Amino acid sequence: MSGIPHDHYEPKSNFTKGVEARLPIIGLLHATLTAPTPKNLNWMWIWGIVLTFTLVLQIATGIVLVMHYTPHVDMAFNSVEHIMRDVNGGHMIRYFHANGASLFFFAVYIHMFRGLYYGSYKAPREITWIIGMLIYLMMMGAGFMGYVLPWGQMSFHGTAVITGLFGAIPFVGDSLQTFLLGAGAVGQPALNRFFSLHYLLPFVIAGLVIVHIWAFHHTGNNNPTGVEVRRGSKEEAKKDTLPFWPYFVIKDLFALAVILTVFMAVVGFMPNYLGHPDNYIPANPLATPSHIVPEWYYLPFYAILRAFTADVWVVQIVNFFSFGIIDAKFFGVLAMFGAIFVMALAPWLDTSSVRSGRFRPMFKWWFALLAIDFVVLMWVGAMPTDGIYPYISLLGATYWFAYFLVILPLLGVIEKPLTPPATIEDDFNAHYGPQAGGSSAKSAE
Amino acid sequence: MMFRKLTLAAVLAVTASAAAAESEVHIEDFDFSFEGPFGAYDQNQLQRGLKIYTNVCAGCHGLEQVAFRTLHDEGGPALPEDQMRAYAEAIEIFDPALNDGEGDYRPATPADKFPANTAAGAPDLSLMAKSRAGFHGPYGLGLNQLFKGMGGAEYIASLMVGYEEAPECAPEDFEGSYNSAFAAGGFPEECKDDHGHHTVPGSWIAMGQPLYGEDVDFDDGHSNSLHHEAEDVAAFLMWTAEPKMMARKQAGLTGVIFLSLLSVLLYLTNKRLWAPHKHKED
Amino acid sequence: MSHADDHQGTRRDFIYYATAGAGAVVTGAAVWPLVNQMNPSADVLALASIRVDISAIDPGTQLTVLWQGKPVFIRSRTEDEIAAARAVEISDLPDQGAENENAVAGADAADENRALSEDGVWLVQMGICTHLGCVPLGEAGDFGGWFCPCHGSHYDTSGRIRKGPAPRNLLVPVASFVDETTIQLG
Repeated sequence: MSGIPHDHYEPKSNFTKGVEARLPIIGLLHATLTAPTPKNLNWMWIWGIVLTFTLVLQIATGIVLVMHYTPHVDMAFNSVEHIMRDVNGGHMIRYFHANGASLFFFAVYIHMFRGLYYGSYKAPREITWIIGMLIYLMMMGAGFMGYVLPWGQMSFHGTAVITGLFGAIPFVGDSLQTFLLGAGAVGQPALNRFFSLHYLLPFVIAGLVIVHIWAFHHTGNNNPTGVEVRRGSKEEAKKDTLPFWPYFVIKDLFALAVILTVFMAVVGFMPNYLGHPDNYIPANPLATPSHIVPEWYYLPFYAILRAFTADVWVVQIVNFFSFGIIDAKFFGVLAMFGAIFVMALAPWLDTSSVRSGRFRPMFKWWFALLAIDFVVLMWVGAMPTDGIYPYISLLGATYWFAYFLVILPLLGVIEKPLTPPATIEDDFNAHYGPQAGGSSAKSAE
Repeated sequence: MMFRKLTLAAVLAVTASAAAAESEVHIEDFDFSFEGPFGAYDQNQLQRGLKIYTNVCAGCHGLEQVAFRTLHDEGGPALPEDQMRAYAEAIEIFDPALNDGEGDYRPATPADKFPANTAAGAPDLSLMAKSRAGFHGPYGLGLNQLFKGMGGAEYIASLMVGYEEAPECAPEDFEGSYNSAFAAGGFPEECKDDHGHHTVPGSWIAMGQPLYGEDVDFDDGHSNSLHHEAEDVAAFLMWTAEPKMMARKQAGLTGVIFLSLLSVLLYLTNKRLWAPHKHKED
Repeated sequence: MSHADDHQGTRRDFIYYATAGAGAVVTGAAVWPLVNQMNPSADVLALASIRVDISAIDPGTQLTVLWQGKPVFIRSRTEDEIAAARAVEISDLPDQGAENENAVAGADAADENRALSEDGVWLVQMGICTHLGCVPLGEAGDFGGWFCPCHGSHYDTSGRIRKGPAPRNLLVPVASFVDETTIQLG
């Protein structure tokens, strides 16, 4: 599976030979576990395992919750309370599931920004990156539909608002929204289908995750230097890498245990901190909560959605030249999805000859600004739409697009990158010294 | 290094977006026994709260999510079983299966839930303490909730003690009762300044003042001043909203201890495993 | 290999084993709730035992209550019924076991082993024919007890099968007196 030269699995017993001849599954597991992994990976390379674990956590707790949940407008809210009050350990399982979504997005954002900083999206890893973006979109869908299921006030009115986004599409919007909801308004058809899709999507994500892993096992992992593993021979490759098991499995498990300790504290001591109190009120179509805010993990893109109001001149120009087809509402929707789309285009927008941000003196600052921008957007997405906040949203949204569409392409041309180390081994030895008694001929000095 | 800072920033952003500011109200930060990782419900307080609910609140508000049997639960009010049964029997509930499917009233059993009460249009109180947040901000940063908690119980208690004499700016006949802890009620134009900002905290609530102090007498001789009663009923409603809080905190604590131990062991394992490859740590 | 290396090897092994052990414990603790949630929940358990007020049941009449989705016959028997039930020879019965969950294991089908009260007045049994699960009719059949209309099983005044296809006596469920006028089922 891996493009890096490595030892292949040789079945020894007659039984394993027989199995391998029919289904090379032991070889596949062997190749996955012994995948040659750059030995200079830092602590930013642990989030993949955290994400995989979280996916398993969400699927396991989700399947269990479905054993007690009823997707009916009259019973959904009460069935969730039944889980919280009567089912053995149900309150913990549900809090794990609800906060698990937050852990999932927290990890995925760091994972994505890791990729953006170290240039993991650059050739030859574009497909890994694109699949990652697809996974992220699926996660957003699954998260949104999951939030509908408790059928509280936020579930109900959030659904109305989010499906309303599709209603903003010119010509087909209204019928599309009706199609999505199965009715003119949020109700039983919407709840039932969102339940079905919420159950389905995690398995689609799991499939995509396998492809994602397959892709980067073929190209090899990126690493903090962005320098590729030497592939001239098995011996050369071995100087740059260590097998995934046990070195990286144990390292990742340690990181996972630390993160889960914090997660456990959140679930045990403040499980409602990241939720909305309004969702403990049963859905009521007649009264909208005074303050509809999406879950924290949607806020940066929600802020971009709200940033482009009718007073923004770009919106007015587009509106004029599109003969009013692209109004402010639709422009906002386009901007929100566009913000994710430009991220997916990063492999082709980044023109730098160097992969890792570590060796890009100017890029570092623009990247830091992007990360701050993301945080600011997240904050402003939860603020009211008056006073100074719309200006902050607009500024943040503008920088988001500028980073991908202008800064990334330009930097590659005007920036003079530093020289990365020749090999991963050099980088590793510069930190830790040459291997004791090892065969390494190169000196670290 | 850079990433460490960014991670920290992301953590702050998460906390930041947890809540946004609401209008000006006065919420007192009551000191409840169940706050903090080691806090526990005070059984006597919950029993007092139950008595206040029964004698005062139940007239208009239901508790439809709460089963009578849970009054006997450890980690809750822990009423003795006979008292719990007697409490349930004293309440008539509607059973649609009786009278050949036409339904009829019968005394409740422990397996039944408190009746819903929609007579006065009053909201159900089962989840009230979780569906309101007492603390917000500052500036949408969510730090108050991080340090003080969500404040649902504080909100309820503050509401109980928040009935005050209406400010002079309000017209005599303005509908509702003035309450300094209630944000979502009516507000007279006369009490707004030129920019439309409120000049007095709170708003006018439809519910008349329910507690005045000395509304009930407690068998244990506990004080029945308004402040204490408010605290007791708020604690009881926190329990109805989160009856498994004790079990949850215990599980959380056990989990944190075990996972910390596992983290330390994995750290040592990882260090040993890598030692031959990392010269410095050899 | 020096002595120190050996020592270090043992310590390393210990940490590896300790980590694996702790990992197994944590994994087990995490999986258990996912299994345990399938057990009956608190609201189901609350209905596993119900109390029945029997003060309104006159001698010679029967109250049928629904318990865990099944009918339960609670009968206040007359002197005649009790006498009839106690006059039967055990050896004449097709099923000579008490079929009573409250009785000691192996108790025979004597009426004393089936009635709930010492005086024999109260008889509590599942209203489910042991043949194919129909609900028998009361005060009917050749023996003055119960008669199952589905396939013609006749039970006597102690709920014992006397004639017809049913293999066993009507089951007596777990029951007890809470006070003089209240029976607890389960």
